Amino acid sequence: MTKSTIVATSRRFFKDLMFQKWQLLAVIAFLTIATGCSLAAPMLIGSAIDHISTGVANAVAAKTTFVISIHTMGTVALVLLAVYLLSALFNYFSQSILASVAQKMTLMLRKRISSKLNRLPLEFYDQHQTGDILSRVTSDLEKIADTLQEGLVQLFTATITIIGAFALMFMISPMLTLIALFSIFTSIIIATIVSEKTNRYYAANQKALGQLNANIEEAFTGNQVVMAFNLQNKMVSTNDRLNEKLAQTSAKAEFATYAINPLIRFVGTLGYIVIAIRGAFSVISGTITIGDIQALFQYVNQVSEPVTELAYTLNALQGAVASAERVYEIEDSLEELPDDQTVPKLTQIRGHVNFEHVHFGYDPDLPLMQDININVKAGSKVAVVGPTGAGKTTLINLMMRFYELQGGKITIDDVDIKTMKRSDLRSLFGMVLQDTWLFNGTVADNISYGRPDATIEQIQDAAKAARIAHMIDTLPEGYNTVLSGEQEVMSIGQKQLLTIARTILSDPSILILDEATSSVDTRTEEAIQQAMDSLMQGRTSFVIAHRLSTIKDADQILVMNHGTIIEQGTHESLLSANGFYADLYRSQFATKIN
Amino acid sequence: MFKLVSFLKPYRTHVTMMLVLLFLQTLGTLYLPTLTADIVNNGIVKENLSAVWIGGAWMFVIAILTAATAIYGTWLATKVSANTGRDIRGAMFRRVQEFSNNDFNRFGTASLITRSTNDVTQVQQAFMIIISMLLPAPFMTVSGLILAFSKDRLLALMLLAFMVGIILMMVLVAKKIVPIFERLQVQLDKINRVVRERLIGVRVIRAFNRTDTEEKRSNATFEQYASTAITANKIFAVLMPLVMLAMNLCTLLFVWFGGQQVAVGAMEIGDIMAIIEYAFLTLMYLVMGIAVFMFIPRAQTCAKRIHAVLSVDPELQVNTKVSKTATEEPTVVFDHVNFHYEGAQESVLDDVSFQLHRGQTTAIVGSTGSGKSTIANLLMRFYDAQSGQIKVAGQDVRTYSLMKLRNKIGYVPQKAFLFSGTIASNFRHGNENALERDMHDAASIAQVDDFIRNLPGGLDAPVDKGGVKYSGGQRQRLAITRAIVKHPPIYVFDDSFSALDFKTDAKLRLALKKNITDATVLIIAQRLSSIIDADQIIVLDEGKIVGIGTHAELLRSCDVYQQIAKSQFSEEELTQ
Repeated sequence: MTKSTIVATSRRFFKDLMFQKWQLLAVIAFLTIATGCSLAAPMLIGSAIDHISTGVANAVAAKTTFVISIHTMGTVALVLLAVYLLSALFNYFSQSILASVAQKMTLMLRKRISSKLNRLPLEFYDQHQTGDILSRVTSDLEKIADTLQEGLVQLFTATITIIGAFALMFMISPMLTLIALFSIFTSIIIATIVSEKTNRYYAANQKALGQLNANIEEAFTGNQVVMAFNLQNKMVSTNDRLNEKLAQTSAKAEFATYAINPLIRFVGTLGYIVIAIRGAFSVISGTITIGDIQALFQYVNQVSEPVTELAYTLNALQGAVASAERVYEIEDSLEELPDDQTVPKLTQIRGHVNFEHVHFGYDPDLPLMQDININVKAGSKVAVVGPTGAGKTTLINLMMRFYELQGGKITIDDVDIKTMKRSDLRSLFGMVLQDTWLFNGTVADNISYGRPDATIEQIQDAAKAARIAHMIDTLPEGYNTVLSGEQEVMSIGQKQLLTIARTILSDPSILILDEATSSVDTRTEEAIQQAMDSLMQGRTSFVIAHRLSTIKDADQILVMNHGTIIEQGTHESLLSANGFYADLYRSQFATKIN
Repeated sequence: MFKLVSFLKPYRTHVTMMLVLLFLQTLGTLYLPTLTADIVNNGIVKENLSAVWIGGAWMFVIAILTAATAIYGTWLATKVSANTGRDIRGAMFRRVQEFSNNDFNRFGTASLITRSTNDVTQVQQAFMIIISMLLPAPFMTVSGLILAFSKDRLLALMLLAFMVGIILMMVLVAKKIVPIFERLQVQLDKINRVVRERLIGVRVIRAFNRTDTEEKRSNATFEQYASTAITANKIFAVLMPLVMLAMNLCTLLFVWFGGQQVAVGAMEIGDIMAIIEYAFLTLMYLVMGIAVFMFIPRAQTCAKRIHAVLSVDPELQVNTKVSKTATEEPTVVFDHVNFHYEGAQESVLDDVSFQLHRGQTTAIVGSTGSGKSTIANLLMRFYDAQSGQIKVAGQDVRTYSLMKLRNKIGYVPQKAFLFSGTIASNFRHGNENALERDMHDAASIAQVDDFIRNLPGGLDAPVDKGGVKYSGGQRQRLAITRAIVKHPPIYVFDDSFSALDFKTDAKLRLALKKNITDATVLIIAQRLSSIIDADQIIVLDEGKIVGIGTHAELLRSCDVYQQIAKSQFSEEELTQ
């Protein structure tokens, strides 16, 4: 991160934080009072000790005994008590306000990202890894909350304490203050050097940890292959090597982190000793009192800790700014075009879909589709076939307006989809994808995802139609079984059936099956096909399949390759044309190649 | 946590040494105020300059010794912590390498990965925090009290009372806050889960117009988390000032009553200063120590999860009791084999018997979930059957060492997994000593040699983790090559041709047939076209064998086979 982005991000962050400016101002005011009180205490204790020592000395001289009472010590004690109480009270005030400031800030940012996620185009999701976005929403914001909660308070109190303590020390003895200043400066230099080293060691440690984790992940994911090829010993020896490296780097990193404290304490103690000796001489020569020395000691103690804290807080703050930057990156990403509100929702859908001179590429510089024209009659079954990467799924993505066209238009019942509200457009379609997506919830919730108000009977009927009802009945809690990521109760094929049930229940006007049964065996597939056929009677459907046997009866087959439609027609006409499709079909059913 | 303590055993001397150093360090820290008191009492009050110098010199010596012990102690602690972490990681990795598929599934791959990585790191960090913040607390409190008693009984008793008060206060708070922390962790996991679902399911969510509901769902988890965090923070907002106040009040009382003791001559003025410092140090370490207790539960959970992995008894054991009479024919026998998954009521395989012969190809077909892959898994001994017997070369699989058994089998898994490295390093997993020529030969059987030769680097072309850069079909062919490089007597192809286009599939099978003549081949397949010319086809339905024979025989006799065939072939082809 460059300096200017750090400044810009911090400024933006504080601007965001300003919705709580009164709370923050209160926190600052209360903290100042509380810190001021804790700064006053050593002076007061010093003066109390002076009271005692002079009182005792005078009493010895007068041959009486010194009595501690309200008369002799009352004022000092009461003032001290008041100062302590005030310090505690104002600390409590500032802490209890701060308790929610940081959390409200992160909550606000989380919610902002949350709604942003809905407005981001799919390109964004294609370009970013899930883990990356996720860590921005969770750990980055967590880091910001922690730093806000503790770092800022520390930074603020440390600064006030250091300045205040030195001012007060200077009032007691400029000479001794210089000694203290010298020792503090040494501490700061040491802390800065060590914290730099610590960062370096931590980076090395993090790298070693990353390598080890990657190795573990690989070994565990490829477990079956490891077992099948007897690679256990090989894996263990690689793991041992990486593990040893990690042990070494982590010992270094932890040592640097933890050794700084005794080191700084040592420098502080040296200052303390010099002050003790030099101070003793001053007391004996009468320039300062015993109480002054006591106060000085306490100030030295009070400042030595904030100094170490400062070095680390500044590091943490830098990390938090980097986190904020990553969060803002999401916020600044380009959004989808806003919906055009002019066209009312289509009600009576016939399902006449038209692609006119469509141009598109995921990367505008690398066009995939050039001048695509498709005319799908209402109520017909359209099959899209072709090799992987031919652009079959892209057709669907464009129709559902997951991506924007770079030229041409797509119409449904002669209405340009660009003029519809996205939600209206998408509610026309029922889609089953190759990648099944189920969320953490019950089986019933997952089936009724597209129609949350469905009754249990409707859910069961959909499950029956998708040939998954029997399987659900064997689950421990039937339709109330919770699908969680931890335990896989369903195979990929069964998950596909569940998503088919979901689509059947949502009762769409246009159906899209994108390799929907690729993990289902051919017999079950046929059964589902029948259910689908009856469902799709008279409605437009798009089927993407690699098993050509399932699409022979389609009204229209689109053969795609390299982003364009190279052939169109029915199964018979395409076969007799003896082109790409015929070749593909024969290769699937050729039983003998000699 | 305590169950992992055994990992400290090898470092007994280190740990003992560390504890001694820690003790010396606390003594040194506490001795400094005592020396200050001496300077005040003997030097300042009596105006004795040499006493000041002597006191100062002692302080210097003690400061150096304390710093040295502290730093050396820290070094020992980090060494022990890093080494224990290493040992736990190593032990877990070794244990997982002994896992059967059942053991693996019980935890789940993702969970095993977290346990071996993140959880160990957490425990290691907790260990360091315990050493640097928790362990000094008892030393400090005890030595601090003893020193205080040496100065003055009354004040020492007061210090003790404050200690007890603070402990009580913090224990009460801890009782409240620990469950809140646990809840916080659960809620953070929930945020992770909900947002992950939203990111992965973005297409489906948009297709079903559920963006608003999903936003509400994630916002609800955010709000829940924030409000729990605020509750926790509010408790701390009360606790911390209260603890500080207690420590300060202690100082105030010490000045008041200490002054009285000084006045009656029971104590000297410097002693007040010393005892205030004792009180400050002991109470501070006490508070830190108790605070650590509140953060331990998290590490505790991690430790439990680690222990769960370590305490698994490897399920697969070599049985030496069964007689080891070995015969050559037939190569593989399944004899009335039954298998069901742990806890499941339905059997996956039900009374399955068949034989595989040398030089022959056997295919297994059946619907999704009919138990095809389970047969391969049992043969590989990824699982053990509950009843029945599986023999390889006439010998029960349970009498083989796992290594010897698996060395006999060239296995191509359903999901073609490649390791990071190079293409050659992956092939060599099949045979360490394979020559380049052998690898090219094997690759040409698997129809992938041209592809490899065209890659920049050829056999040395890099492979990413899992082989993600290559297409599914390429990965499958590379995985098949890996098995062929092994030259095993038995081949198992578990649905390994599914990502190949039909032409390549056919060519590959032809090459296999030509080149692998004396091995036993088992092919599990979805497509009948892949296995139509097998010597023997086994048809599975819901875990039972419903037909064994050739394609032509089964077409005539087996209903299930006919149905599968009908769904894949056109009428003309069936009648051909």
